[in-house]
Amino acid sequence: MTALSALLVLTLMGLLLGFALGLAAKVFHVETDPLLDEVSALMPGTQCGQCGYAGCNQAAEAMVKGETPVTCCPPGGKTLAATIAGKLGISISLDSMNDELLLARVNPGLCTGCTRCYKACPTDAIVGANKQIHGVIMAACTGCGSCLAACPERCIDMVPESKALDSWHWPKPIAA
Amino acid sequence: MSITPVSSPHAHDHSSIYRIMRHVCFALLPCTLFGIYIFGFPALNLFLLTIGSAILFEWLCLRLMKKSTTRLQDGSAVLTGWLLAISLPPWAPWWIAVSGAFIAIVIGKQLYGGIGQNLFNPAMLARVALLISFPVQLTTWPMPQESFLDTGFLDGLAITFNLAPIPDGATGATYLGALKTELGNNASAVEFASTQVRNSDALLGFSAGSLGETSALLILLGGIWLLLMRVITWHIPLAMIGTVIGLSALFNAIDPEQYAGVSFHLLTGSLLLGAFFIATDYVTSPSGKSGQLIFGAGCGILEYVIRTWGGYPEGISFAVLFMNALTPLIDLYCRPRIYGRSLNGKPKKYNAPLADAVEQES
Amino acid sequence: MLFSLFRGGVHPDGFKELSANRRISKLPIPGRLYVPLRQHAGTEAIAIVNVGDQVLKGQLIGRAGRGLSAPIHAPTSGEVIAIEPVVAAHPSGYSTKAVIIRTDRRDQVYPQPALVDPFIQDPETLAKKVADYGIVGMGGATFPSAVKLQSAVGYEINTLIINGGECEPYLTADDRLMRERPDTIVTGSRLIQHIIKAKRVAIVIEDNKKYAIAAMRNATEPYRDVDIVVVPTRYPMGSAKQMIQVVTKKEVPAGKLSTELGVLLYNVGTAYATCECLMENKPLVSRIVTVSGGAIKQPQNVEALVGTPLSYLIEHCGGTVEEPARLLMGGPMMGLVMPSADAPLIKGAGGVLALQAHEINQTESSPCIRCGRCVSACPMGLLPLEMANRARSQDFDSASEFGLKDCILCGSCAYVCPSHIPLVHYFQYAKGEISQKNAAQKRTEYTRELSEARRVRQEKEAAAKAAAKAAKSKRRKRSATTTD
Repeated sequence: MTALSALLVLTLMGLLLGFALGLAAKVFHVETDPLLDEVSALMPGTQCGQCGYAGCNQAAEAMVKGETPVTCCPPGGKTLAATIAGKLGISISLDSMNDELLLARVNPGLCTGCTRCYKACPTDAIVGANKQIHGVIMAACTGCGSCLAACPERCIDMVPESKALDSWHWPKPIAA
Repeated sequence: MSITPVSSPHAHDHSSIYRIMRHVCFALLPCTLFGIYIFGFPALNLFLLTIGSAILFEWLCLRLMKKSTTRLQDGSAVLTGWLLAISLPPWAPWWIAVSGAFIAIVIGKQLYGGIGQNLFNPAMLARVALLISFPVQLTTWPMPQESFLDTGFLDGLAITFNLAPIPDGATGATYLGALKTELGNNASAVEFASTQVRNSDALLGFSAGSLGETSALLILLGGIWLLLMRVITWHIPLAMIGTVIGLSALFNAIDPEQYAGVSFHLLTGSLLLGAFFIATDYVTSPSGKSGQLIFGAGCGILEYVIRTWGGYPEGISFAVLFMNALTPLIDLYCRPRIYGRSLNGKPKKYNAPLADAVEQES
Repeated sequence: MLFSLFRGGVHPDGFKELSANRRISKLPIPGRLYVPLRQHAGTEAIAIVNVGDQVLKGQLIGRAGRGLSAPIHAPTSGEVIAIEPVVAAHPSGYSTKAVIIRTDRRDQVYPQPALVDPFIQDPETLAKKVADYGIVGMGGATFPSAVKLQSAVGYEINTLIINGGECEPYLTADDRLMRERPDTIVTGSRLIQHIIKAKRVAIVIEDNKKYAIAAMRNATEPYRDVDIVVVPTRYPMGSAKQMIQVVTKKEVPAGKLSTELGVLLYNVGTAYATCECLMENKPLVSRIVTVSGGAIKQPQNVEALVGTPLSYLIEHCGGTVEEPARLLMGGPMMGLVMPSADAPLIKGAGGVLALQAHEINQTESSPCIRCGRCVSACPMGLLPLEMANRARSQDFDSASEFGLKDCILCGSCAYVCPSHIPLVHYFQYAKGEISQKNAAQKRTEYTRELSEARRVRQEKEAAAKAAAKAAKSKRRKRSATTTD
């Protein structure tokens, strides 16, 4: 009898508390708008479209809503993914993400100086003039690939950043 | 490059977990051998059974969790089993040994994630679990024998495997237990200490008690060895023993009838064993020096409080477990000061030249 | 006691006797030198010679790059046969651009301007000369010396510390230098003192180098403001922060330079190079390097030209008794593992060690048992176990919170770790990840600005176009109405 009443009381309590929690979640529901602004502010803002969305704000919205993984932005890379994951309070595995950022390189042998690529570049990272071979300022390139599509000669390749002593970091030790 | 390059330092002091464990076991040898000598074959059986089952459970866990069984070689399971064995009553039956080893290794250590991850001292966790679950077996204290062979090999087996009851005359009370009973009977602590406690026996260890706790002298010897080998530092033992000395001196001065004196507290029970071998467990004690002082003092206070006012005659395992729980907190607040920073972590400021200071004041 | 020591530290076996008792020998000029254009902290020097050029010893072959940098000079005379990447003296195994010189073994010296007594020249001129002659810190950090000299401007420097600690095991290059050429070191120290206007000079030597102490005492005899300070042997005594603490009893505030305390610190090798530069017109093209370790047949100190392949150095020391288990540049506590013996000697290399298996730590790591030895050993007062734990779980922010920034990577913690956890490796990894993250963030900010600027520009252009169009149509309308 005692056991039965204890069981009953506990079950009842569990039900009540669960109901209260569910109610609280509904009543104190927080609009996620401020979060959206924060995430949009983190985005590269180049509207490159590699994520499959029209622009950075749309991608940010999708990420906040959980419609697309936070790892969807190649120019943002691991850093962006980790920061957004932190903001959204989700844990992700970064191991699947490519460590290397691929940057645009103009093949000088094929370039005709048509200026289409530099008009397409969202960060003005391509320099050149009409009928002059164009060049890419590596520091300004986000690797968005917009120029790739714009080039009629197909003379732009995406290549990994050059391996320099400066960019080398110690890899993670093999765990015990 | 696919191979991970090795980082400095390339030199090492050649220390290893195995070496540390070996030193501790070596330091435990004198008091353990003495305990086995005065309590005979049943004690030897208990000792071997506890360590053997500790190793077995460790091996099983490593196998189950698909970890490398070479980890067994670090010797930590042996030490855990050893510490548990010497803190048990020497004539405890086989199933106490086995279930104790199970609690220590499986619940106390491997469930937390294995070596280095446990919050509580595994041996003490097991001892407390056993004490609460099986109070009779855990408080049946045989009296020391004249010589090792007083209980024969077969009699020993019979005691260990519950085949024969322990003869009534063979058991007695520990000093601490006796004091608690006497004080309960409104006797005076002074009288008890003068009539029933021989300091030389307590010092050398010819008294009832756990397998390895009786000989204060031999434990001290082991403790000094650990200090010399730099396995432990003086912080925890000194803080712990110092606190107990201080408290017992204080209360003894207030009312010697009610409170036993310093030498009684120092030489009986497992204060020394706890201070040198149990509280100093790396995993479950703070890693910084100031934290270790607090930890040791906390153990000492709890130990004295439980002995004096608690329900149990001896409280070392409870005291250590309680402080184990506080270790993360102590570690959080007792961080060492970083070079070039003040205690709050801000960059250090050196006093401006005197002239400036005067100007500010005026 | 005269000084208070620093916190923590360790006492590694010295192995100094392997190389300490032989005189410094001069390494013959190798057939080819591979002179990297970057041998210092900062940006790469820019090559100013071409393939086929004849160069002379001490001739400038690479001018200092932008920002923090240092120039590079030809170590000997010969012909530039290539300017191309060679394997760098760096654990990554990456390559670095180098000027490759086929030597003519004549060692002809490039004519330098006439020498003036530096003690009557003004500090600015001297600092410029130190910069132009490519002097960098010889203790291993290879920070351009002139920049350090200039950092003293505006500060009252009380003490110039000359670091003869040499606390790394095996290394005896500074020890031998102090024994054999004490006068040059003392003159160099006094020149630095003259440049930074330091009140006194303290030459700090660990007490395990008694011959060096005697020789240096002798050499400093005539100078009242130059003292020899003998300190106990304890690693990392030679670390700048710890040495400053020992000598001045003050700690360099976090994130600040030692000039805040009125202290500047130079290595004895740097003092030597400074003297060679200012008194003899010699650019920094060679250094004393300890070639030692169990695998070396005849461990010793050699004076070698920068750009000498390590294999050539080792061959000169009798070769190896067996294939070394690890080849290091620097000491065993902080030295870098070399990807190959083809890597060239650089200005900051105090030692080349070929170690046998029993001399290095190859034990696999096991879980942390929280013994706290790393905490006791850390000279910076950090919690290495907590930092490594955070780094392992990729929680770099809280690793920083535990003081990753303050870590000097001295390796004391990993040296004493009974679980053989590669603590320093974890810190290197975390530091790398953090700097990578910062770089990526900077880049994102930069490209964001660019795209924002582009958007504004495009809007302006569109507006201008629209305005022009409107104006045009208005004009047309107006002209239509007037003609009517």
